[in-house]
Amino acid sequence: MSRLKIIRNVIVIPERCKGCGYCIEFCPRKVLVFSENFNERGNHYPIPKYINNCIGCKFCQNICPDFAIYLEETEKVEVS
Amino acid sequence: MKESIKHLTNHERKHPLDSYLRKGMIPHIWCPGCGNGVILNCFLQALKELHFNLDNLVVVSGIGCMGRISGYINADAFHTTHGRAIPFALGVKLAKPELKVVVFGGDGDLLAIGANHLIQAARRNIELTVILSNNFNYGMTGGQCGPTTPLNAVTTTSPYGNVEHPFNAVYLAAGSGATYVARWTAYHVRNLVDSIKKALLKKGFSFIEVISPCPEIYGRHTKHMNAVEMMKWLKQASIIQNKIDPIKAEITQNIIVVGEFVDKEKPEYTDLIWGKIGKVERTYHKE
Amino acid sequence: MKKPDVLTGEYFVQGNFALAEGAIAAGCRFYSAYPITPASSIAERMALRMPQVGGIFIQLEDEISSLMSVIGASWAGVKAMTATSGPGLSLMVESIGLAIMTETPCVIADMMRGGPSTGQPTKPSQQDVLQVRWAAHGDYEIITLAPYSVQEMFDLTIKAFNLAEKFRVPCFILADEIIAHTREKLVIPEPEKIKTVDRKKPKVPPEEYLPFKPDEDLVPPMSCFGEGYRFYATGLTHDESGHPDMSAKTQRELTSRLCEKIRKNKKEIITVEKYFLDDAETVIIAFGTPARAAKETVKIGREKGLKVGLLRLITVWPFPEEEVAKIVSEAKLIIVPEMNQGQIIREVKAASSTAPIISFPKVGEEPPTPNEILKIIEKNTS
Repeated sequence: MSRLKIIRNVIVIPERCKGCGYCIEFCPRKVLVFSENFNERGNHYPIPKYINNCIGCKFCQNICPDFAIYLEETEKVEVS
Repeated sequence: MKESIKHLTNHERKHPLDSYLRKGMIPHIWCPGCGNGVILNCFLQALKELHFNLDNLVVVSGIGCMGRISGYINADAFHTTHGRAIPFALGVKLAKPELKVVVFGGDGDLLAIGANHLIQAARRNIELTVILSNNFNYGMTGGQCGPTTPLNAVTTTSPYGNVEHPFNAVYLAAGSGATYVARWTAYHVRNLVDSIKKALLKKGFSFIEVISPCPEIYGRHTKHMNAVEMMKWLKQASIIQNKIDPIKAEITQNIIVVGEFVDKEKPEYTDLIWGKIGKVERTYHKE
Repeated sequence: MKKPDVLTGEYFVQGNFALAEGAIAAGCRFYSAYPITPASSIAERMALRMPQVGGIFIQLEDEISSLMSVIGASWAGVKAMTATSGPGLSLMVESIGLAIMTETPCVIADMMRGGPSTGQPTKPSQQDVLQVRWAAHGDYEIITLAPYSVQEMFDLTIKAFNLAEKFRVPCFILADEIIAHTREKLVIPEPEKIKTVDRKKPKVPPEEYLPFKPDEDLVPPMSCFGEGYRFYATGLTHDESGHPDMSAKTQRELTSRLCEKIRKNKKEIITVEKYFLDDAETVIIAFGTPARAAKETVKIGREKGLKVGLLRLITVWPFPEEEVAKIVSEAKLIIVPEMNQGQIIREVKAASSTAPIISFPKVGEEPPTPNEILKIIEKNTS
């Protein structure tokens, strides 16, 4: 038997991030945290530390004022 | 800490809306957490979901922070003077009715210096989509009070508290004759995308007010000292009340009524004008 | 059977009628205005005529929106105009600046009445002649044509559209209440005898197109909305790509080009009428309605044996400096009749200065330095 599994990844474009924190604060599953690193602008940017919790709602992508974060979904067929 | 972003090169990290953005213009000039960026994001998302042909789109803006939005969209775009985006857009729409013309503006642009054009265009019911970013103050010039600043609010030009009553933009637009009227906040991204899609498909004057966080400028004068705090306020103060009479669409520090308030049909201005031209031309050449 | 758009024939009509028919003959298909005396009868004629020729007439909420919609229509690819009088012109001022900055071809007719303020709505004047030159803030050159007869209201309106399209600049038709309302003979020629000019279109594909990159004539080819170029235009100082750029270099280059594209083409733009000037010792310099009186003066004067002539300015802006300077240097007496307290005479005086006056323009962000000024002095006195 095989089933379809969706692999989700949240991609961040660090150099675009202005560090407002919307994606981190308003993610319903608290997937994101601030990075310890700075980008070129001197901002901490988000990283998807708890990506396994992601339900693919794209709220982070839609609320980002700076086009710095988006969801990527790939389908994977798992055979068991 | 292992960071997943490091697996991708800059070249590979391509935002799904990048092809809708004008090349070389991002990052935009707006402050961290500015609602204008969220509105731009939602607008482009709506275009994408509608599979909108960008060659048929004209974006027009006035002056102020929101005035800069026309430069960021990968379509024909024009950055006009303060308050005058609507009459410019009207000329475009009449001259080439097959184009979809969208006007963006802030509360100063559309409700102070350009307010007359807004209500006159709504009265005519011309097929334009007007998207208002309301941040309760003049952000670009440093945070002066304006036509939507709440009574008693402290700004740089109301240091002792604002003595003017604010406009209720959705009530104004609806009362002037707009055939689609909605209000959302920058927090309501999904509702906003849906409303923009409806507005873009509306045969008539559509108006969407978006309550937009201005943490860097307006936030200085309020308790919302950072972007997240300000967005939380918008989330907590909002009550969704679709279809209610816009006169009841309250907007105060504590309550922001959001929703889709008007969606009705009325003869459209461009149709009326071109219908008349066709009729006159036919009679004239028959005589 | 389709009737021709151009109403070829002979008429006895008002100047405003001739202006409206001239606009239609030039290809104008968008007219937007706000009622104002003495320009209202242009709107009334256009309201009747525009739909007959498949064009748009609209009356908007004020003169600001009228000119803004004209600019919008022009960018949608349609030849467009508005008409007004002094108070309306004052309201249009900011939009005129936008049209100049974004190089929008359009025509603005100003039927001058007495001012300031509401002034004399039903009386003629020439009090706006400097206002049309310097209406908007900033540095620029503008084109203004001054008809003096009903026939010229027709002819110069066509020329105004042609110059506006060719040089991508708002072009003024500057007349007054008398010419607007006077009835006299108008001859509208056959359509094929009317020369019209259309703006240059880009010859490169959208990915290579820079909307404000000029050709050799300093005028950039113009794409319009819906043609797939996805251009961006702004009233902000912009580079050739149209993107805002606040650098001194870009400000200097842009304002220089906005001026130079007119200055370099003065020969083509400027027309004057020389009437009995060959041996004239007394020269009258006039435009518009006073030129009618001046012409009569010359006739009467000549009958009396006076060596009097007329230089009639058909193009008022750019000012025909060379023509005026030549006349002034040869004449013994210059008379400048105009219906104002003395406006165009300033230009006549400026053109006839004997000591060289050197312009040192510098724009952007750095003010002129003492050394720069000193260098100019040394260069011109050594």
